[in-house]
Amino acid sequence: MTDPTSLSPLDLETPDKTFLDANELVINMGPQHPATHGVLRVILRLDGEKVMGLECVIGYLHRGVEKIAENRTYTMFNPYVDRMDYVAAVSNGLGYCEAVEKLLNVEAPPRAQYVRVILTELNRMASHQLWLGTHALDIGAITPLFYTFRDREEILKIFEKYCGARLTTHAFRIGGLQYETYDGFEKDVKTFVAFVRPKIDEYEELLTTNRIWLERTKGVGKISGKDAIALGVTGPVLRASGVKWDIRKALPYANYKNFDFDIPTGENGDTYDRYLVRMAEFRQSLRIIEQAVDHIPEGPIMAKVPKVIKPPVGEIYHSIEAPKGELGYFIVSDGSTQPYRIRVRPPSFVNLQALEVMCRGQLVADVIAVIGTLDIVLGEVDR
Amino acid sequence: MHALMQYIQSYLDSDKTPGGAGNIFWATVYILLVFAGLSVAVIAMNWLERKILAHMQVRLGPMRVGPHGLLQPIADAIKLLLKEDIIPAEADAVVFWIAPFIVVLAAFTVFVVVPFGPTHAITDMNIGILFMLGVSSLSVLGIVTAGWASNSHYPLIGALRSSAQMVSYEVAMGLAVVSVILMTSLNDQSTGTLSMIGIVQAQLAQQEWFIFKFFPLGLIGFGIFAIAMVAETNRAPFDLPEAESELTAGFHTEYSGFRWSLFFLAEYSAMIAVSSIAVTLWLGGWLRPFPNLLVAPPWDLVFSLFPAITFLLLAAMCFYNTARMPKHPLFKVQTIGLAGFGVVLGLIGLILFLPAVRLRVNDIFWFSAKVAGFMYLYIWYRGTFPRYRFDQLMKVGWKVLLPTGLALLVLTAFVGMRTELWAELQGVWRP
Amino acid sequence: MNPAGMIPAGTNPPVATPFFFYLLAAIMVIGGVMVITRKNAVHSAMALITTLLAQAALYLMLYAPFVAGVQIILYAGGIMVLFLFVIMLISIERAEKERQFNKQWPVGIVAAAALGGLFIAVYTTTTKGRALFPEGRMTYGETQNTQQIAALLFDRTAGQYMFAFEIASLLLLVAIIGAVVMAKKRI
Repeated sequence: MTDPTSLSPLDLETPDKTFLDANELVINMGPQHPATHGVLRVILRLDGEKVMGLECVIGYLHRGVEKIAENRTYTMFNPYVDRMDYVAAVSNGLGYCEAVEKLLNVEAPPRAQYVRVILTELNRMASHQLWLGTHALDIGAITPLFYTFRDREEILKIFEKYCGARLTTHAFRIGGLQYETYDGFEKDVKTFVAFVRPKIDEYEELLTTNRIWLERTKGVGKISGKDAIALGVTGPVLRASGVKWDIRKALPYANYKNFDFDIPTGENGDTYDRYLVRMAEFRQSLRIIEQAVDHIPEGPIMAKVPKVIKPPVGEIYHSIEAPKGELGYFIVSDGSTQPYRIRVRPPSFVNLQALEVMCRGQLVADVIAVIGTLDIVLGEVDR
Repeated sequence: MHALMQYIQSYLDSDKTPGGAGNIFWATVYILLVFAGLSVAVIAMNWLERKILAHMQVRLGPMRVGPHGLLQPIADAIKLLLKEDIIPAEADAVVFWIAPFIVVLAAFTVFVVVPFGPTHAITDMNIGILFMLGVSSLSVLGIVTAGWASNSHYPLIGALRSSAQMVSYEVAMGLAVVSVILMTSLNDQSTGTLSMIGIVQAQLAQQEWFIFKFFPLGLIGFGIFAIAMVAETNRAPFDLPEAESELTAGFHTEYSGFRWSLFFLAEYSAMIAVSSIAVTLWLGGWLRPFPNLLVAPPWDLVFSLFPAITFLLLAAMCFYNTARMPKHPLFKVQTIGLAGFGVVLGLIGLILFLPAVRLRVNDIFWFSAKVAGFMYLYIWYRGTFPRYRFDQLMKVGWKVLLPTGLALLVLTAFVGMRTELWAELQGVWRP
Repeated sequence: MNPAGMIPAGTNPPVATPFFFYLLAAIMVIGGVMVITRKNAVHSAMALITTLLAQAALYLMLYAPFVAGVQIILYAGGIMVLFLFVIMLISIERAEKERQFNKQWPVGIVAAAALGGLFIAVYTTTTKGRALFPEGRMTYGETQNTQQIAALLFDRTAGQYMFAFEIASLLLLVAIIGAVVMAKKRI
């Protein structure tokens, strides 16, 4: 019986010449590797140092989340959603809750929407901070990791005070929020915004004009806007290739219409531009948070949602702009308390397809930089 | 007894190094002192690196083993000695065993000519700098054989890359060194010298540290050497061959326990050795800043108090931190330990006040202080910079440093010989 | 041990010269024999490194420290590294299984011994032979070795080897460029 992982177009027989005589060498990276951000296996076909072909083998973290969804009620499925992109759990929750709310044709009250936006943008910052730390670490700068994690602690403290959990927060409920904001929530958020602004400048100071960083990231992992759209890439990766597409502006959800922010884009679509785009997104998130936290209206935090959620028969696709790209939920309801099918469109899964296009012709050491710059989380790639 | 004191006194008053005087006994004493000092320096570097790197990264570093982690290197050494000694199955046992020794030998032999003072070197070979560069290039052989003896192609690739990098940057180092040798020949007899002590004495005679000579030529030469020496010792940002997150692991992957600690010992010794070269050639060796100014007796006294005051400051820092230790019974041993360490430093400081000691230790102090500054720079680079990719690393060595070094050499020669050149040209035009 | 006039004034007297000479010579000979008798090419290379280092020490004993230093840097630290690179990069397992020596090695030894004996006889017994190796030509002191070599190269009146030096370096340059051109994949 053939091993399913060996059915690859790369033709993985060992060459009969020694490794340095052969023109092509097949190297296996992972699934245990310090730089693959999870259990990702990459099979590289090399010519000397150049990458000729690349194949990703995924599924090492597959937990059958979508199948589990068919056997849980809508409310019971809410905590599962956090565990997909475990770094940006709040965004996952937002997408799911909004999708079900659309099915039920209810809308969360304004107060809930403002708090949702604040928490989601805080989570975007936390996710980008983790991305920055690990990406810099892969390229060799060991210090930004500690700075970003230390600052990320402040965000996690706010989450912990709000809903009791730091990482997999389960912050939102279908129809609004469960917990009222705690006393001092606005003060905490404002203090955080003032605290983190100079820190972002600190990260930029360490990396943005550092010539070694520039040499490692400029021109590495290029992808053109056309290729990105053809592959379905979304998020900062798409925006760095010059395509100005952000679902918060294109198909607004929550109440992003009320806020004033820009969409940073890049020009070349290389690793450096993706870095600049995400650094700019830090600042835009701060803008949104500042605008939101001053204007949280009073009111109920939960819409009128029945105790037993039985959406009408139908289907819906709802997507949001998660930190990593377009996170979409396609929910098919057959009228019962349990969904007939939930299909998640994870941004990292689709972005990972671009890895081969980005790595063709690059050197081996760049493959790691490109994996880092795609900002993938295996939890949502494999679900 | 009196004869012994006279013997020691006659030695301390002589004006030659033990090797120069042909005195085997004192040469052996010096060798043992340098060996011991180097071991202590390597252990201290281990602790300092972890602490300084940690403080740069907003964390504390080792705090548990001994007060503020001061005993951590000793714990590490004991752990490494007790580890199982693994030799890969198909590896060539003899070569596997020899490789760490080659690297350690090369790293330690270099210290034979390092001048801690005008007579405080084991010997003063008249090819001093040539010897240092040559012996430190022998460590490349150890690395290559270590990678090969591991019988696994990832360490082999790592070893070959590592040695290619070291060989490339040796060229750049050599060019920077040659430009300094040119500067030593700017005296009346127009003869330069390759001897380490001679180079520092040339700086004293020309009343200028060579880093400031023919500004900015000395500075550029120093810059080339400073970058090349980091690449030579395989440290960040040039540590791709031994980085953990890359595909090819380093040449010392298959080495465990004591053998690995030998590589690590050799790496730190090599760092100290190339820093000593840099200090001797550009930063005036054992000379204090502005060595020709303020040489009148009261200033002599003030400058000779520097080492003692430094140690007393360190002791004061220890006592301050002892006061800040948590007041909990579990911390009693650590508090006493830190106070004891402070007492030892204070005693050393007080001993350095004695006139007999004071006058002789000055040179060693300034030399060590400058080398310590370089060690801090090494750790600082490691905490700040990302890593160069291997082809970019080689590009920097061959396409940036080498042409700059060549241009620097030619320019230094021109500027150094400008009066003679001008006289020649005048002689040609108007014979 | 110290013939008058051999050691210039002001330099150091030699220390235990015969002992060190025989030791170093023995190391060199043993190293040389190991180079040709080892089956493993890396072992041969390491034996060659030992031989070259012993030769550097012999140069030191001849009061030529500059040549010793250059020997260490270039030969042991440069050329042998390249040898090792090449040995390690090609697969030489086939060579290890081959026969080490030619089948006619007794004839070879007899011929070498005869020729060597003839050379030794000529050089030590005839007057013309002995004139080729005059004794005690150490006119340069150890402390001036580097400077004297520089004088031989560069001095206006005494220097005579500059042209040969430049021609040799040009030859090396041609060799380097030729190797690079032959090995490059794409120009």
